[in-house]
Amino acid sequence: MELTSSKEPHLQIVTVQGQRIDAAVALAFKDRMRAITEGGTNTVLLDLNQVQFIDSSGLGAIVAAMKNLSPERKLVLAGLTPTVDKVFKLTRMDSVFGVFPTIEAALADLAK
Amino acid sequence: MAKRPLLPPFSVSLAGVEDAVREGLAKTISCLAPLELSVDEAGTVELVLAEALNNVVEHALAETNKPSKIQIQGAHCARGLCLTVIDHGAPMPTGFAPGAIAPEVDVATSEMPEGGFGWFMIHTLAQDVQYARIGTANHLMLRLAVGL
Repeated sequence: MELTSSKEPHLQIVTVQGQRIDAAVALAFKDRMRAITEGGTNTVLLDLNQVQFIDSSGLGAIVAAMKNLSPERKLVLAGLTPTVDKVFKLTRMDSVFGVFPTIEAALADLAK
Repeated sequence: MAKRPLLPPFSVSLAGVEDAVREGLAKTISCLAPLELSVDEAGTVELVLAEALNNVVEHALAETNKPSKIQIQGAHCARGLCLTVIDHGAPMPTGFAPGAIAPEVDVATSEMPEGGFGWFMIHTLAQDVQYARIGTANHLMLRLAVGL
């Protein structure tokens, strides 16, 4: 479960370098998210473009990451592929997170 | 829409451990190739099956503590795709499959649920969900409205 990070003004972008966030990697994802966002103060944009599949454990791990960042920092999502989008809509978690179609759309909105 | 050809029944076997679930899913999805499922349909199959397999590994087999296989039997019919997940782990404590209650998400961030979505997703995405204890085996029968 590799995550990479880049910095924009007022924003940290964390990109998931993998195709799945499932039960096999959910714990590793949580740990890596905690480590890679540690010490920062900005909103975190999670880039899910490469992720083709998440299960309920993966969803739980993303929720855990959001809770770990709050209340000081927000976690927003971009680049949801069809099956990932399905999971967020089904569980209504799309109403909990800020969800953007693309990184560019998220950057434009968050720069306002 | 043209009727798709019926798929012959198939069976996939995997080790009953977390690390084998991905391969079991991939094998099952590849068995479905002749159905030419849409991305949406394939996503439905993979999600339902992933949640069912994770439950078996995390609950039924976690309690038995000995190596055990999981079998997935698939059959295509006019009403969709029927998948049966068979394991030799502990029975459902209640004798029934858990229900379809969605965790509440209109709550404070600190109260946000990190689990409890699995059975909700299974019930929401599958048309029929039936559980039976047959001998020493759990049978979870799932019918999905895909490949119609």
